[in-house]
Amino acid sequence: MNEPIDVVRMLDITKSFPGVVALEDVEFTLRKGEIHALVGENGAGKSTLIKVLTGVEQPDHGTIQLEGQVVQVRSPQHSQELGISTVYQEVNLCTNISVAENIMLGREPRRFGSIHWPKMNEQARNAINRLSIDVDVTQPLGNYSVAIQQMVAITRALEILSAKVLILDEPTSSLDIHETNLLFDVMRKLKNESIGIIFITHFLDQVYQIADRITVLRNGKLVGTYEASSLSRVELVAKMLGRSLTELDAIARVKSHEKDTEEKQQLVEAKGLGLAGSLEPVDLELYANDVLGVAGLLGSGRTEMAGLVFGIDAPDSGSLVVEGEKVSKFSPLESLKRGIALCPEDRKAEGIVGDLTVRENIILALQARYGWLKFLSPQRQNEIADRYIELLGIVTPSAEQLVRNLSGGNQQKVILARWLATNPKVLILDEPTRGVDVGAKTEIQKLVMELAEEGKSCVFISSELEEVVRVSDRVAVLRDRKKVAEYAGDVDDKTLIQAMAGEA
Amino acid sequence: MKQTSFFKKLRRSQIFWPLVAWVLILIFDAIVEPGFFRLGIIEDPAYGKHLYGNLVDVFNNGAPLMLVAIGMTLVIATGGVDLSVGAVIAISAAMGAVLINPALGNELITNEILTRNATNTPLPLIVLAGLAAGTVCGLWNGLLVSRVGIQPMVATLILMVAGRGIAQLITNGQIMTIYYTPYFWFGNGYILGLPVSIYIVAGVLLLAWLLVRKTAIGLFIESVGINAKSTYYSGINEKNVKLLAYAFCGFCGAIAGLILSSYVHSADGNNNGLNYELDAILAVVMGGTLMTGGRFSLFASVIGALVIWTFTVTVYSLGVPANALLAAKAVLVLLVILLYSDYSRRLMNRLFERRGSQHDTAN
Repeated sequence: MNEPIDVVRMLDITKSFPGVVALEDVEFTLRKGEIHALVGENGAGKSTLIKVLTGVEQPDHGTIQLEGQVVQVRSPQHSQELGISTVYQEVNLCTNISVAENIMLGREPRRFGSIHWPKMNEQARNAINRLSIDVDVTQPLGNYSVAIQQMVAITRALEILSAKVLILDEPTSSLDIHETNLLFDVMRKLKNESIGIIFITHFLDQVYQIADRITVLRNGKLVGTYEASSLSRVELVAKMLGRSLTELDAIARVKSHEKDTEEKQQLVEAKGLGLAGSLEPVDLELYANDVLGVAGLLGSGRTEMAGLVFGIDAPDSGSLVVEGEKVSKFSPLESLKRGIALCPEDRKAEGIVGDLTVRENIILALQARYGWLKFLSPQRQNEIADRYIELLGIVTPSAEQLVRNLSGGNQQKVILARWLATNPKVLILDEPTRGVDVGAKTEIQKLVMELAEEGKSCVFISSELEEVVRVSDRVAVLRDRKKVAEYAGDVDDKTLIQAMAGEA
Repeated sequence: MKQTSFFKKLRRSQIFWPLVAWVLILIFDAIVEPGFFRLGIIEDPAYGKHLYGNLVDVFNNGAPLMLVAIGMTLVIATGGVDLSVGAVIAISAAMGAVLINPALGNELITNEILTRNATNTPLPLIVLAGLAAGTVCGLWNGLLVSRVGIQPMVATLILMVAGRGIAQLITNGQIMTIYYTPYFWFGNGYILGLPVSIYIVAGVLLLAWLLVRKTAIGLFIESVGINAKSTYYSGINEKNVKLLAYAFCGFCGAIAGLILSSYVHSADGNNNGLNYELDAILAVVMGGTLMTGGRFSLFASVIGALVIWTFTVTVYSLGVPANALLAAKAVLVLLVILLYSDYSRRLMNRLFERRGSQHDTAN
């Protein structure tokens, strides 16, 4: 036999945390020059497997072989030295320093003991040119969108020239179609340079678009590794969920089309609502028993629109009328009192309070409405927490678990629970299914539709057109911080894409 | 078995480590200074029979620091810090002294007037004015931090520097000696044989505890300290939460100022409550509240303050000169930092866990 084609071989990896076995005898191999998709629901063990491979966590037992050599990855830095580069799910960069510094951090070229700035910027520019994106590397990273920041993170990972293994953990979750395709081009190029790429994603389309092989994990166990060409999409989903697909099919919903919007009770009416530099004036009506889907690319103004209706920013033009009353004071607290709720896009920064327990996170908004004097009694708190943990199927050892220990999908459900506990009339969900596994995704979609059936008005903002169309009664399309169109719910993806892209 | 679970619970609680530190110092005292724990009853001409001894001193002298630590805990829990409490102490002390001053209008302050042991202002008003001054200082800090958006350290640095100037302005640049016996009661008096200051600390601690644990304020403060943005998005007015924490800290500083000036019979803009902010921060840190904010324990901070004062009294009773105290304190700070480092925590946890599991298997 000549040189091994497996660049990474992980054998019998087991890792347990207090109370949970995150990985159990998992086997994983990565070949040279392949793109290997790692898929599974939240809590399946993908992240832990990556953490073991990159030295963030040490396995309880099991071995890791790198190009046939048994190695012990001691730390993330050690893994980089071994040629394993990672881009994590959340952008882990410093927004207050320049793009070049972020890319070169820790490997700055030096002259006379201090940083050689021109050289550093030059090297950073060369590196980022590999992704062919237009970025001024001397600008602070914070000046750029999350998508660009993500690209910079990838550039940083690529920058280690001797990289044999590149791990991309949900790299596309904040990229638009164009940027995603750019990334895929780069991935294919790296593949031809015989680099092994581990690609973690929730987008099944992308798995089939780019992956050579697929490894499925479920509940910390290996389900199997398959050639992408020989596994049908339906089979894949079934393997991920470990159950039949009837449940998924069941949510093809009977939409409330019998009811025309004219018969529905209008709850919110925005006329020319806008904020300079953030959102061009938009008109918007929200009705009870209705789901308004919002489609639009990254930066199209969809998050800004949600922010204005919820009162995070005060608009400088137009008017907002909620149940016949003109809104004059804009703040989350005022919105809460008016019965408007927002599950924000950035779950980690704007949603969860990580070091509070699940219970405390769930009662937070309700308590805010009651004010600080009327403190919910411990019994009430437990009641509410337990009710929503059961209702939404939040997977947690107990209500006293810290929220930051929960998986992404469960954190999202906790935020949903926080707002449902206040019994809102209008529920705005900004990317509620981002970074959430297939199972939780359909559950959230189903929930939104059920809430609308019960009489709530939901706003469903998502990058995934398929789910927008599936869930919504009406779909509003935003482009370049403007609302460009509104359709009835039975609109097809193509029309939406055309509207989003601006080629009507 | 039940005891084990009680011990486990205690060990997980925030009070555990400061308590360990305190007990260690007390054990040290018991060995090195056998007389340290001696308590006696003394007949005082002004205040009647009362307890005396090193432990009583620890509580009595440590009272102002404990008060400041209570206020500081809330501020630090919001993710801030209040460097101005020492200056606030000076301001409230100056306020008290000036109001006690029996000189009327533009009347020249003479020794004869000052030593009259009388005042034109009713005592409750003196106390209220002192408390109000401190609370206003706290509000000022809170406004700078929450409304103007200045970083807490910078915002409170302003009053830390300016506050002592304000205190001197109030007392007209003089060190004012107080000759008014009823006022001395706060720092020197006794109720049922125990120092009044202990009751004040107990009262404020109870008040603060009720405020944070029996209303939602505690939850809001922790939430703000962990993630202010998420808290705001949840409909909580995070600015008012911060404002309240700083105002309360000023209030606590004011009470500390009253006790201190009462204790030393004078108001000195330059020296009242000097370095108290740093000791208070140390007490809070020792109590296990993170400087980045979040979870806090008032009791743990109070024990932290106790540790600092027990240590101080110990050092004095060992005959270390006062000018070497700061150096000795530096050693304490170093020990605390080492003890609280992630490394030693892991080490300790492993130690305890191993012993715990052995215990379990033995049963």
